[in-house]
Amino acid sequence: MKILSALIRRNTKLFFRDKGMFFTSLITPLILLVLYVTFLADVYRDSFAMGLGESQISQKLLNNLVGGQLFSSLLAVCTVTVAFCSNMLMVQDKVTGARDDFAVTPVKKSVLALGYYLSTVIVTLAICVIAALCCLFYMGIGKWFYAPLDLCLIFADIFLLVMFGVALSSVINHFLSSQGQISAVGTVISAGYGFLCGAYMPISQFGSGLQKLLGFLPGTYGTVLLRNHTMNPVIGQMVKEGLPQDAASTLQDVVDCHFYFGSSTVSIPTMYIVLCTTVILLILGYIALQKWGKGKG
Amino acid sequence: MENAIEIRNLNKHFGEIHAVNDLSFTVKKGAFFAFLGVNGAGKSTTIQMISGRLTKDSGSIWVDGMDISQNSDAVHRTLGIVFQNSVLDASLSVYDNLRSRAALYGITGAAFAKRYAELSSLLDFDNYAKRPLSKLSGGQKRRIDIARALIHDPKILILDEPTTGLDPQTRHLIWQVLTELRQKQELTVFLTTHYMEEAADADYVVILDSGKIAAEGTPLWLKNKYTGDYITFYSAAEKDLSVLSLPISRQANALCVSVPDTAAATRLILSHPSLFTDYEITKGKMDDVFLAVTGKHPEGGGSE
Repeated sequence: MKILSALIRRNTKLFFRDKGMFFTSLITPLILLVLYVTFLADVYRDSFAMGLGESQISQKLLNNLVGGQLFSSLLAVCTVTVAFCSNMLMVQDKVTGARDDFAVTPVKKSVLALGYYLSTVIVTLAICVIAALCCLFYMGIGKWFYAPLDLCLIFADIFLLVMFGVALSSVINHFLSSQGQISAVGTVISAGYGFLCGAYMPISQFGSGLQKLLGFLPGTYGTVLLRNHTMNPVIGQMVKEGLPQDAASTLQDVVDCHFYFGSSTVSIPTMYIVLCTTVILLILGYIALQKWGKGKG
Repeated sequence: MENAIEIRNLNKHFGEIHAVNDLSFTVKKGAFFAFLGVNGAGKSTTIQMISGRLTKDSGSIWVDGMDISQNSDAVHRTLGIVFQNSVLDASLSVYDNLRSRAALYGITGAAFAKRYAELSSLLDFDNYAKRPLSKLSGGQKRRIDIARALIHDPKILILDEPTTGLDPQTRHLIWQVLTELRQKQELTVFLTTHYMEEAADADYVVILDSGKIAAEGTPLWLKNKYTGDYITFYSAAEKDLSVLSLPISRQANALCVSVPDTAAATRLILSHPSLFTDYEITKGKMDDVFLAVTGKHPEGGGSE
């Protein structure tokens, strides 16, 4: 335990000392936030207003609906892309030779692996919580409708997605051994993950084949969970203020609060089970790779 | 005397390349052992196998009486390694680097404070302990590398070309520290170096060429076997030395004659006493041994 906490302290300290790594990680959610607020918020607001038609929905609720979508999209992407950024140390240690130094100590490879994993979870979580607070602050300007339980669920989703993102990046980073490789992987993930997890475009707007394919990707369930917990409270408030139940249900379909695998609806507990199982499998796979895998791991 | 390291019939291939070829040697406890060879001779590969960073194809490695394939944890506690390049964290301070590495051996709290105080006094780095490693000079960094290798008080210190690129003052300090450690703590020192004259002070030398031992022995034995003696004349004229019928080379303020051994030099003194008024007889250098054994010049080496 002493060794593990020493490794976590060392890795975390190195992350925050490396201004480049810290700001690169932090800048991703901030850029997304600015882009959403500047360019997409109005487009989404108009689109929702048009979709809801005759219903008398207050501007405040509409703003919160848009805010909820922004919030969930941003966090769904950042929890994974920031994890890849924060987990650079794992590869950098191979480049600098620190891993050779660790290899001549009595530290078990599984402890070393866990040290990287937990320190990356800490820094990724810190950055994502900052991003989440920024989003809440942005939404708070127009007053949000989240109950304490909603906020707890949102932060639980963020935590789970961070665990998922870090575990995924750890498995992929095991096979990397240079700064160039990790930059390339980071670029690909940043560019593609938002579409793959349904953060940039609602999954409901994709073709049925693609929707089915996305159902096999665990990250999708994270996005849907976030959508549920950031948008459902607003939609609930809309119902209270007169939005017909059918219209609310359609809206939930459109914004991915409902997710269908084939013809059946995937329940919230099932989504949690899928995500938790994936996290556990990825962590076990990562530790196994560190322990028995070939290469520079 | 027991063996600190014992290697028997060690082999390692990288594809078609036979990097280490049936290597066998022993390092006595408390000895200063020098492992010489050009780049690619198999030195680093052997060190990597001794330290457990690379698996061997065949053969056996025993460290402090333990088979490394069965006692890796205990072996890691026995070995301290100074790598060719610094492997510490550049952005962390000296203190943080040593603290984080010490924790990997379970040395924390008061135990770490005590060990840190011993090492900072031995290697004289306390005045820059708060500075990040990236802000230190090459010599200062090397001292910290040695401190890191010694943090867990190992019995065997492996140094992989530790003085390459350092100024003479720092090299001198490092050798002073290592000598002190060997004397006080019976530390076994296993050195690879490009500077052949550093190996001249070793208790035992192994010269490696293409993964095999090309020569081994004490520096004196190697010099006697593979090189001759040099007689340097400081006041004789070149025409006077022609009576010796030996090739004469000119140095800065002297003339130099090469003879097969010390006995030959003694015979010359007895037969031409008038020539030997201001002179010096020296053994051949380790560079000469290396060249004679491998047919290659040591890289970056040269004598001091």
